[in-house]
Amino acid sequence: MSTASAATATRNDAGPSSLEVSLFCLREWLKSAAPYLNLLGIVGFIFLWYLLTEKLKVPWFNKLPGPVGVYGEWVSPDPSYGISLYTPEYYQHIVTSIWRVLQAFFLATFLGVPVGLMMGWKKTFKDYTFPLLETLRPIPMLAWVPLSILMWPGREASIIFLTFLGSFFATVLNTLLGVESIDEVYFRAAHSLGAKPRHVFLKVILPGALPFIFTGLQISMGFAWFSLVAGEMLAGEYGLGYLIWNSFIMVQYPVIVIAMVTLGVIGWLSSALIRLVGNRLMQWKVREEIR
Amino acid sequence: MNTAEALSVPAPRGQISIRNVSKVYDPEGARVLAVDNCSMEIAAGEFCVVVGPSGCGKTTLLNAIAGFHGITSGEILLDGKLLCGPGKTPPPGSDRIVVFQNGALFPWYSVLENVTFGPVVQGVMPEREARDRARELLSQMGLEGIESNYPSEISSGMRRRVEIARAMMTDPSVLLLDEPFRAMDALTKTVVHQFLLDVYDRSNKTIFFITHDLEEAIFLGSKVYIMTTRPARIKTVLDVDIPRPRDFRVLSSAKYIKLKKECIEAVHEEALKAFKAGEREMA
Amino acid sequence: MTTAVIAQGFNWTRCRRKIANISTARGIAAIVVFTIVWELCTRLHVPIIGNVPAPSAVLAALGKQLVSAEYWLSWRDSCLRILSGFVLAQVLGIPLGLLMGMNRTARELIYPVFEIMRPIPPLAWVPASVIFWPTSEMSMMFVVFLGGFFTVVLNIVGGARSIDIRYIRAAHSLGSSRSDIFWRVMLPATLPSIVVGMTVGMGITWAVVVAAEMIASRSGLGFLTWRAYVAGEYPLIIIGMMSIGIAGYMSSALIRFIGSRLTPWLRVF
Repeated sequence: MSTASAATATRNDAGPSSLEVSLFCLREWLKSAAPYLNLLGIVGFIFLWYLLTEKLKVPWFNKLPGPVGVYGEWVSPDPSYGISLYTPEYYQHIVTSIWRVLQAFFLATFLGVPVGLMMGWKKTFKDYTFPLLETLRPIPMLAWVPLSILMWPGREASIIFLTFLGSFFATVLNTLLGVESIDEVYFRAAHSLGAKPRHVFLKVILPGALPFIFTGLQISMGFAWFSLVAGEMLAGEYGLGYLIWNSFIMVQYPVIVIAMVTLGVIGWLSSALIRLVGNRLMQWKVREEIR
Repeated sequence: MNTAEALSVPAPRGQISIRNVSKVYDPEGARVLAVDNCSMEIAAGEFCVVVGPSGCGKTTLLNAIAGFHGITSGEILLDGKLLCGPGKTPPPGSDRIVVFQNGALFPWYSVLENVTFGPVVQGVMPEREARDRARELLSQMGLEGIESNYPSEISSGMRRRVEIARAMMTDPSVLLLDEPFRAMDALTKTVVHQFLLDVYDRSNKTIFFITHDLEEAIFLGSKVYIMTTRPARIKTVLDVDIPRPRDFRVLSSAKYIKLKKECIEAVHEEALKAFKAGEREMA
Repeated sequence: MTTAVIAQGFNWTRCRRKIANISTARGIAAIVVFTIVWELCTRLHVPIIGNVPAPSAVLAALGKQLVSAEYWLSWRDSCLRILSGFVLAQVLGIPLGLLMGMNRTARELIYPVFEIMRPIPPLAWVPASVIFWPTSEMSMMFVVFLGGFFTVVLNIVGGARSIDIRYIRAAHSLGSSRSDIFWRVMLPATLPSIVVGMTVGMGITWAVVVAAEMIASRSGLGFLTWRAYVAGEYPLIIIGMMSIGIAGYMSSALIRFIGSRLTPWLRVF
């Protein structure tokens, strides 16, 4: 019955709302075997981890922290290594890392998107900038670590610079790719309808490149976390990457896993957030995909 | 034609003179002639159809009128003013709106935003007014109820009609249609044909329509130019004196069949030539 | 007379070649200007950029490095790590990815675990891997392996799932067996995504190996760069970075070459 009402809604007005669609998808998903298999997979993985490290204590694996130990430490109000859900230090590391990523990511977006758009829009601009970009790009952002420490006064600036670099290239290249993927016919149509250059920019180039820009932003967010961890491991004083490295040196192994899982969750949340914003801005794309 | 004149519509504008136009690609190298010495006089408010085999150079002609590229020799005049000549390419303008082969509705804008695009970017009317006009136009054209849909959500026939509506919004002198119904199934085609004829009868715009479909050409046009295979030259000009308004019944009328017979041979000969040229190309 | 389409195509390549020439000139000009500005900045002690060793100093140090055995040994070590970790990632990742792409149950069992692990940056694995593996060499290989593994698996799963069902139906109706469908339809159809996964994976692999060498090794290009910083031989940092860039570029080019050989039907340019 709900299926039928969703179908008629498509025909009548602007189509089903995104909430309706996601509810419908959720219901269908729950009816299939998928969620239970998914759950089984994850539980199986954790159980295997437990078996290897804590139950059977297989050689090599027995040196690793097991899930029970990690969980116990994580939720303990009085953790033996000083980091758990109840300690302010834990949140201080998280906030420091997030704050660094945010600064670098927004800097990269606000510089990278306009540069990418300009490169796609003006051939001359691309001619001058693209080769330079291509020369620098094959250098992995992590190879920049020593140079960035050398360049910037203080750790904070060098870590942010490093994080920024990783995001910047991904953003610029994807934006450029986005502009270049716009069919020539849309430019012609806009000209024919009397659009001036600024309209072409705002109403054709920008929306046309938006899907690629958002793909780029997701990639760039991943790179930002990637380089942040490296930067923090080598030069940090706080932050999750530093926490991992420091716990390693201090032989506080469960904390390593806590920090890794936390990184994973935050990394996932940040890219989910970008997807959400992207879908908000690109209703036309979302509806195209539903079809 | 006479019926359209009988209706009290504003004085038609959009008279196009194409005089001895030639277009050579790569003037310094291979020197390939795409259009060879074409002349056409298209009266204001005339429905002019150009038929020719695929890739014969008819789009080149349309692009020159639209202002997407220049011509090598000859001149094109719009309402007596020089539009296009050697060394003079007009910028694409809203007085000559193009409807493209595969459609060019912006997928990122809703139907309403697409239709109001022209007036909004030209700044000729405030957005609210443009919207009201667009709604009015869409409902006049039988396209109400889809304003807030995105192009991907409506059928291809619907999309093409919206695109024509978008072109009409800016009140152009000329509509340039570049094989707009090319990839459409026969049933949808009859609907959009009727739609285009209605629009034409109501607005009396000059229409420059390119197609490779002979039946479409005779059914729609007042004057049909049959082009040769590359380089494009005018082979035959056909006056279609079937009265307007026309509808699907025309397709079975004796006059239509006679006209069709008349030019089928001319076209067939060209099609063969084009096909052979095409085979040579692939080899 | 040649026909217009050919002529247009011909015209286009000529045209493009001409544009390419102007573009190349502009690109070279930009790089030259960039280098001069960089040199000037270091000479004038402009803040931040001025701290970077000058191109002239880098050039001077380069001569010494090119004849030192240690420099080339760094190359060899890094390349060996890349090669072993990357090949291992492909050897394990491609079958697993294909299995997950073909078999729904396998996918739904294993994929979520991947989804959970993926957002963890590969470098975060370094300490855990050092704890686990007996030698630092093995732990580095493992981290490199992880970097390539996730990318290739996720790309294959995506590629296998987006195969047009019509191809499989066509193969069925032409009388293919299950193994025919796998070898003659699914595998070639996923090949482009495997190549993409390998190309992206190669980039990530280099980033990982460099960082891992900085953190936990005593050899390789990453270590060379890091040691240059620690020892205060700043021009060597730039040489290290450039070497890593060149190495990364060459390995990507190699992958692209192999990829275009594997998927000749995609060769458009």
